[in-house]
Amino acid sequence: MHEIAALMGGFATVLEPTNLLLMVIGIVLGVIIGVLPGLGGANGVAILIPLTFAMSPTSAIILLSCIYWGALFGGAITSILFNIPGEPWSVATTFDGYPMAQQGRAAQALTAAFTSSFVGALFAVILITFLAPFIARFALQFGPAEMFAVMFLAFCSFVGLGRGSPFKTITSMMLGFWLAAIGLDGMTGQLRLTFGSTELLRGIDFLVVVIGLFGIGEILITIEEGLAFKGNHAKIGLRVVLDTWRELSQHWALYLRSAVIGCWMGISPAGATPASFMSYGIAKRMAKDPKSFGKGRIEGVIAPETAAHAAGTAALLPMITLGIPGSPTAAVLLGGLLIWGLQPGPLMFVEQPDFVWGLIASMYLGNIVGLIIVLAAVPWFAAILRIPFSIIAPVILVLCAIGAYTVHNAPFDIWYVMIFGIIGYVFKKLDYPMAPMVLAIVLGDRAEASFRRSMLISQGDLSIFWSNTLVASITTVALLLLFWPAISLAWERIQPRLRYRTA
Amino acid sequence: MRPTWHCLAAATAAAIGFGTVSAFAQAWEPTRPVQFIVPAGTGGGADTMARAIQGIIAKNNLMKQSVQVVNKSGGAGAEGFLDVKTSPGDPHKIIITLSNLFTTPLGTGVPFNWKDLTPVAMLALDEFVLWVPSDAPFKTAGEYLAAVKTGGNNKFKMGGTGSKQEDQIITVAVEKAAGAKLTYVPFGGGGEVATQLVGKHIDSTVNNPIEAVAHWRSGALKPLCVFDGARLPVTEKMTATMSWNDIPTCKESGLDVQYLMLRGIFTTPGATAAQVAFYVELLRKVREAPEWQQLMKDGAFNPKFMTGADFTAWLTTEDARHRDLMREAGFLAN
Repeated sequence: MHEIAALMGGFATVLEPTNLLLMVIGIVLGVIIGVLPGLGGANGVAILIPLTFAMSPTSAIILLSCIYWGALFGGAITSILFNIPGEPWSVATTFDGYPMAQQGRAAQALTAAFTSSFVGALFAVILITFLAPFIARFALQFGPAEMFAVMFLAFCSFVGLGRGSPFKTITSMMLGFWLAAIGLDGMTGQLRLTFGSTELLRGIDFLVVVIGLFGIGEILITIEEGLAFKGNHAKIGLRVVLDTWRELSQHWALYLRSAVIGCWMGISPAGATPASFMSYGIAKRMAKDPKSFGKGRIEGVIAPETAAHAAGTAALLPMITLGIPGSPTAAVLLGGLLIWGLQPGPLMFVEQPDFVWGLIASMYLGNIVGLIIVLAAVPWFAAILRIPFSIIAPVILVLCAIGAYTVHNAPFDIWYVMIFGIIGYVFKKLDYPMAPMVLAIVLGDRAEASFRRSMLISQGDLSIFWSNTLVASITTVALLLLFWPAISLAWERIQPRLRYRTA
Repeated sequence: MRPTWHCLAAATAAAIGFGTVSAFAQAWEPTRPVQFIVPAGTGGGADTMARAIQGIIAKNNLMKQSVQVVNKSGGAGAEGFLDVKTSPGDPHKIIITLSNLFTTPLGTGVPFNWKDLTPVAMLALDEFVLWVPSDAPFKTAGEYLAAVKTGGNNKFKMGGTGSKQEDQIITVAVEKAAGAKLTYVPFGGGGEVATQLVGKHIDSTVNNPIEAVAHWRSGALKPLCVFDGARLPVTEKMTATMSWNDIPTCKESGLDVQYLMLRGIFTTPGATAAQVAFYVELLRKVREAPEWQQLMKDGAFNPKFMTGADFTAWLTTEDARHRDLMREAGFLAN
């Protein structure tokens, strides 16, 4: 139980008044950063890193990691209220969170999102506290083949779920892959689909697409449907929080499953965004009535939020123990560690125990402080929906434009957002699903890169995806999920016969 | 009135510490925040260095205006270089370079050249080390080379950052020395490359010291040789038995390959001598800061500083060398 003693030492560091103050400042800043679409945790932390130069490394990491927690919490707010994902990992939260808000259940959805984030993080932190060395070894087993298998699994757990025409789903997904292919091909160093244009060099960022498709698209729809929010009769008051908690406690199995998915994806390190999609997809499959997902099920908020926050937290572990970042924000923090003169790596736990355990203790406390702050603010967030549309819509448009600009500091991205807003509107009108396109953009280039690395290593031999137990089991589960509709159909045909025989 | 004002300006500049600026040249200092462009993503080596410089400037009040780091990584950094190239006469923009200053225009055909920018200074040179897992059968670079040769084509996997950039250039040079092809596997960043080697998904890497040092110290990786003309200067013990200085040069061990990566600063085309002088002086002060010296030591950098004609001459030679290396490797876009 050496860990407990070390952790207590960490708490002692964190509970110093200055550090506690930094923690609150960090969370509030983080929530704001999370709310602004485009200005992600990574950008926010990067901007603030030079300011922390004069602090002690422990205080600095407390401030910066709390910004990260805050951003994880904050990403859900605009997803639920306005269908604009503040962060990539909150895209899946919009699927059910926004319908809930439209039904006047914004406060419930927000409470569910925040609580789930907290539970996911807590689960991951406990795992980090007691199993860090073991987990670090697990992460090392992920080579290109394993990475591709994970991406493939994320895909397979999500496709085949859509209602409606398979043709439309495939079209949407292919459009996503096409967009993901624009820019530099990391494998050969060649430019693809840029047609000599400077603006296409950086590719089309996922966030830019999402802000347009969801945010602007939704505003266009609302304008058409009568210039009013549907969710303005939302119940607001802190009682809602307690009532929602009662409902949430029934979903403990879902919490556990989502947290496990999240931790795994954070450590491997695939990151929070695939984790949220995978968790949502699996929750939908496991549900008794999958068709009701996407229409305002609270499970559809719990699953992605729990997994995203668990992954986001767990992503810090490979950063500390291996020096590889599990998320873009972790990558920036990693640079920060080097500036502060710390050497991330396997020896960190031995050489810098104060720092490491201070960080872990701040994960516990930061998330508790964060939960209290955001839950207390739920009524205010929900009350935003009561502001007349004619006032809030221009504000959202401006936020979307600022968000698009901050992703790459590129003014041209604002045009992309407008174009994708119109595409989003057309998609809605023609009933094309947007989720497959978003998923293809998020995972497309990473899946492609890890597939091509695997092929380089195996010299073109596909059996590399079955070359060891780990990769073989992930690939097999992925294929099972992909052909699930066919399998379940076959099962339904066989089952009555079996019953007949046993009778 | 006018001459008096000039004298006053020069005197003030000297007083605040821009003393070395010649009294004849008109002293210049930024009048609004300076954009510090990083032609690479957040969290990498160039980004870390840029943010360290930003922090040192802010902490020690080296400049009245603030510095804003902006990442423009699109098209292997082409986005960042084109941004500086297309802002002539805007001296409030500087850029930090890595080897993509030379390789990106050659490899992608994007139209820019270092001559389109105004060179300010070489800040340091980044070293490359040949790393293998610590339980690999070879003890020296010579033995590694022999194993690659006897193994035959594509038997050994070399991991590296990006494609047609420094890591792959070195790989091609190693192939040439060994007389057998390696399978080059490009990854997203140096930290990832090092971890893939620890997990033994690849057989060797040419990571920068700072990217792999933690795994060396924990006993997972071992360095075979350094791709420099002389051994690294840091003699502090990093493991129980070895310091950076104990790593032989590749040439010593029979692998005659040298490669160093520029960490330099450039500004926009058409910058005046006074503007360049301001940045040179600023960087000189950054280099004196203890934080900078610590960073140089931690990363086992070659802390060479170069400005003016020396720097231009160095750039000309390196540009020609990269063109040759890229042509030999078949990496030229056109």
